[in-house]
Amino acid sequence: MRYSGFRIIREALTGHRGWGPAWRDPVPQAAYDYVIVGGGGHGLATAYYLAKTYGKARIAVLEKGWIGSGNAGRNTTIIRSNYLLDGNEPFYELSMQLWEGLEQELNYNAMISQRGILNLCHSDGQRDAYRRRGNAMRLNGVDAELLDRDGVRAMAPFLDFDNARFPIKGGLVQRRAGTARHDAVVWGYARGADRLGVDIIQNCEVTGMRIEGGRILGLETTRGFIGAGKVGVAVAGNSSRVMAMAGMRLPMESHVLQAFVSEGLKPLIPGVITFGAGHFYVSQSDKGGLVFGGDIDGYNSYAQRGNLPVVEDVCEGGMALMPMIGRARLLRIWGGIMDMSMDGSPIIDRTDVDGLYFNGGWCYGGFKATPGSGLCFAHLLATDSPQATAAAMRLDRFRRGLLIDEKGVGNQPNLH
Amino acid sequence: MLIPHPLLGPRDAQEFTYLGDAALIDRPDGLAADAAERFFDYGYLRDNPPGEHRELWFHEQGDRSWLVVTRNITTHEIVRVELARDVALARGRGR
Ligand SMILES: Cc1cc2nc3c(=O)[nH]c(=O)nc-3n(C[C@H](O)[C@H](O)[C@H](O)COP(=O)(O)OP(=O)(O)OC[C@H]3O[C@@H](n4cnc5c(N)ncnc54)[C@H](O)[C@@H]3O)c2cc1C
Repeated sequence: MRYSGFRIIREALTGHRGWGPAWRDPVPQAAYDYVIVGGGGHGLATAYYLAKTYGKARIAVLEKGWIGSGNAGRNTTIIRSNYLLDGNEPFYELSMQLWEGLEQELNYNAMISQRGILNLCHSDGQRDAYRRRGNAMRLNGVDAELLDRDGVRAMAPFLDFDNARFPIKGGLVQRRAGTARHDAVVWGYARGADRLGVDIIQNCEVTGMRIEGGRILGLETTRGFIGAGKVGVAVAGNSSRVMAMAGMRLPMESHVLQAFVSEGLKPLIPGVITFGAGHFYVSQSDKGGLVFGGDIDGYNSYAQRGNLPVVEDVCEGGMALMPMIGRARLLRIWGGIMDMSMDGSPIIDRTDVDGLYFNGGWCYGGFKATPGSGLCFAHLLATDSPQATAAAMRLDRFRRGLLIDEKGVGNQPNLH
Repeated sequence: MLIPHPLLGPRDAQEFTYLGDAALIDRPDGLAADAAERFFDYGYLRDNPPGEHRELWFHEQGDRSWLVVTRNITTHEIVRVELARDVALARGRGR
């Protein structure tokens, strides 16, 4: 069923009896040509583009819980393409362009809102760093603008400009950045993939890999063995666990990241704002809640919940940036498990096992990558060669010393 | 989290900085023939398992000792804490 304004009116007049489920609940078949492990945004987008762009069939997505129950449904929904390094920026810009056409592509309202992102700077040195980043973005054909203090004041007059320790000196803006409704992105890709014949199989955990003679034959799952021509793994925080089934050790640690939502307030924050002197960022959802977050907790974790020191740290950042936030009541706090790679950048690559492909290492920033990651992973699965913008995101870059380290902090995941 | 320090008793985890897997104690020999490969492994690859994890914490705002904490990272329960020095000596390290 196509969704449209006309359809809504018709359903409204006929008691909403015509809506059906947006995707099927199929019984797994004995074998598929392509099996994607992980029904988060990346896995579903991969299946969608495999079917749509690369014309492949007999595709399944296996998800251990319900789709979107991992990080896809837990993130703070920010989308942007304001990276510094050439290994990253063209990829994130491809993703940004896919976001811009996504709702038409999927016939689904993902509430994509290009309300802009403002990264604040608090010292002359930081302004120089942002100028460099903005120039790097523009060299890659991406919009970036450096604002002075008055420019920032015009956008966000409520900030604490004269904070004694962290005065605001200016900011870097990407106006095409913004937010999207995370769940709707999952549902939109699921519906799109399903309509192209992809089997989305929920409550199906992969528990083992059948590998013979260096080639993958299929997957052991809680719903029985499923044969596969090619397997693409996109399980985010569980990457090390799943790839260990193929005997692989990854350049990765799993860490917990928390997010926060306040009670609903009247429109207040125009876009996404990031504090440059501590780790705090905030936006406002269409329901009015202030959505904010900060650093990862900083130790290995698979717990999907964090500890109080980070709550305090994030709230301190918020108070330093915009003291009025102290009047807002917190509604919810939750955590998700991040696949923190050793250089803070992702991996989309083949493995040494024939037919087994890996997508992960998205750290705390993979939501914005969802469309690009899906397209590039589908490209790799379909053609066995990396998509041009993901050519640097190789697994062997650590061995070869070709890290993509945006922050320049080295192999220490809790510093990225 | 409270980390039961073997010398100082329970201390707030906030007093510590976290390095990572305790396997980092076993630094490879930089002069060995296969040093490049072993340092790649040492520097970048991690087991990263769920459940019990042995890891290095540094008591930066305390007595500046390194600890090996065995922690269930699925529940955040701390199972055992040792001085990293004792662990390293037991593994045959000279200092
Ligand atoms: C609090 C928080 C805030 C964030 N904020 C942002 C942000 O503002 N902007 C941004 O760009 N990114 C953000 N991120 C990061 C982003 O959410 C992730 O990088 C991204 O969602 C990861 O890709 P995914 O959607 O495919 O992952 P997931 O949704 O985690 O998908 C992986 C799926 O694999 C499944 N799975 C795992 N093991 C198995 C198995 N053995 N068998 C079958 N299925 C399995 C899981 O159940 C899960 O559904 C944030 C993350 C968190 C937690």
